[in-house]
Amino acid sequence: MIIIATIRMALRALRRNTLRTLLTMLGIIIGVASVIAMISIGNGARAQIEAQIASLGQNVILVMSGNISRGGFGMGFGSAGTLTKDDLEAMGKDVEGVSGLSPEVRGNAQVVFGNQNIQTSIIGVSPDYAAVRSWTFTSGENFTEQDVRSANKVALIGKTTATTLFGDGDAIGQIIRVKNAPFTIVGLLGPKGSSANGGDQDDVIMIPWTSAMKRITGGTTFRAFSVQAAESGKVPQLQSDLTDLLRQRHRIQEGRDDDFFIRTQQEITERATATSDTMTSLLGAIAGVSLLVGGIGVMNIMLVSVTERTREIGVRMAVGARGRDILLQFLIEALVLSLVGGAIGVALGIGTSQAISIWKGWTTLISTTSIFLAFSSSAAIGIFFGFYPAKKASQLDPIEALRFD
Amino acid sequence: MPALIELTDFSKTYNSGEVQVHAVKNVSIKIEPGEFVAIMGASGSGKSTMMNTLGCLDRPTGGKFHFDGVDVMGLNRDELADLRNKKIGFVFQGFNLLARSTALENIELPMLYMRPSIPGSEQVERATKALGKVGLAERGDHRPSQLSGGQQQRVAIARALVNEPRLLLADEPTGNLDTQTSIEIMGVFQELNRAGMTIVMVTHELDIARFCKRNVVMRDGRIVNDNPVVDPFDATTQLQKLRAEQAAVNLAP
Repeated sequence: MIIIATIRMALRALRRNTLRTLLTMLGIIIGVASVIAMISIGNGARAQIEAQIASLGQNVILVMSGNISRGGFGMGFGSAGTLTKDDLEAMGKDVEGVSGLSPEVRGNAQVVFGNQNIQTSIIGVSPDYAAVRSWTFTSGENFTEQDVRSANKVALIGKTTATTLFGDGDAIGQIIRVKNAPFTIVGLLGPKGSSANGGDQDDVIMIPWTSAMKRITGGTTFRAFSVQAAESGKVPQLQSDLTDLLRQRHRIQEGRDDDFFIRTQQEITERATATSDTMTSLLGAIAGVSLLVGGIGVMNIMLVSVTERTREIGVRMAVGARGRDILLQFLIEALVLSLVGGAIGVALGIGTSQAISIWKGWTTLISTTSIFLAFSSSAAIGIFFGFYPAKKASQLDPIEALRFD
Repeated sequence: MPALIELTDFSKTYNSGEVQVHAVKNVSIKIEPGEFVAIMGASGSGKSTMMNTLGCLDRPTGGKFHFDGVDVMGLNRDELADLRNKKIGFVFQGFNLLARSTALENIELPMLYMRPSIPGSEQVERATKALGKVGLAERGDHRPSQLSGGQQQRVAIARALVNEPRLLLADEPTGNLDTQTSIEIMGVFQELNRAGMTIVMVTHELDIARFCKRNVVMRDGRIVNDNPVVDPFDATTQLQKLRAEQAAVNLAP
């Protein structure tokens, strides 16, 4: 029998009872829509996290000072102060494949400009830092190696801090007082937005690390190093070279733990996205269950339909329909039911996810994979749950079927 | 010319639980091409079993059955379906038209299951021709609910004829119709028979059986009477007679 004629027949049969068809489809519609909406929310969260981590910079390896715990309280990364100036020099000289290297000293300080008086985070870095960590310049320029050597009082300023201090005015050339020392703003950094843990990355002032040690922290050790690999393929090699170098320099014996932490950007990404992936699977699974329930609805209605149309099946068999023809007819009917439901569900899912992103302000990301997945699983459900009723119809005895009323 | 239907020692036994029911016992019958046979009998006489067997909806449990030279006993479900599709046209008491389909679509139904299949345009053409044969050329796009009982039965006959079968099998075709419409339908059958169609009809109405050329009477699963009809009714004459009677009733004071 011609498939097109069968499809036309199926559509006609479904139009016969519009309300029932719609109610049956509703299960599939809700199932498919929720799969798509849930996965789009999960993917959106993941994409946001990935974007935040990408703002760390390209091919970046972070070396962080080890932490110490006193009386059971962890003091946080960098508190042990195991990274020294000598380490920095050694890394610059003895390790292959480094395209950018900057130490990091961090502190909070009072910043005064005119009648403005704010508390902000001060990072002491080298000129490489901006390039390694993907900072751009809105205006002005970076400070230089010479500024680092001479511990000059120059500063780069983040967008948020600049707006707080200067409003709409020009930041370049202004002199601010950091812990009472006058610093000249030489560069205004481009905005980066919030970090993975929600902090504002643009509320920052960057100064040469030498100046930071002298005026802000008063210490002689670094909190961390940001190392950029020349090629992405060399990241693991560089990571192990750096580990070896630091272990050797810190005289750590075989079998002892490192007194520093070393993380590649990829590791950080994996760690952060693992959580959002778990959430996505969980939401997807819940949505999948509702799709399954929708499928059972299809089976239910197909069974009712087969019973109602027993006589019709009898007539079809009498005029020469083989069991296979009847099977195909009901299977296609179930398939059309779930595919049309699936199509509506896809549209509704896309609409829902967009509504969520507008009303709730969540990032949602509709992937073609999830649309394909939801649509094809609704087809699979149609075939799976339509098969039993269709098989039942195809096995009817034509004489019994003709006598049925 | 070989017989169209040749049933030899045909018996049919149903197993209903522990009791065996012998619906038909050792019946032999031959039907030649061009015959117009009425099978008659009370309920339980075995005429329905006979009908289902002749229609190849069911196979005998004993004996031999040749339909148009084909040994039906050796056919499986699918082969039986193909045989019905090509060689048998069914007309039922309740018409059994698909309610949501138009007359033409109903007539196209058997062609949907033809192997090899024929193109859609030819299907429409053949269905239209069949509808013309039963005198309803103008009603192709009507649904069954928009047609009278007689018209519905004509559509059903057109559906039975559309694949040009060897045998037209009618199960109480006039059971749901009034006298005048019944005679009209018998007229359609007689016309088809005159054009060469073999027709077998099950009925319990003696009046209707008189329109056929041969009457087979069954009782308790056996044929008890099998005779040609002496002086069969002619539908045209009977219709004229009926109209005259109705007119007389209407004219009476």
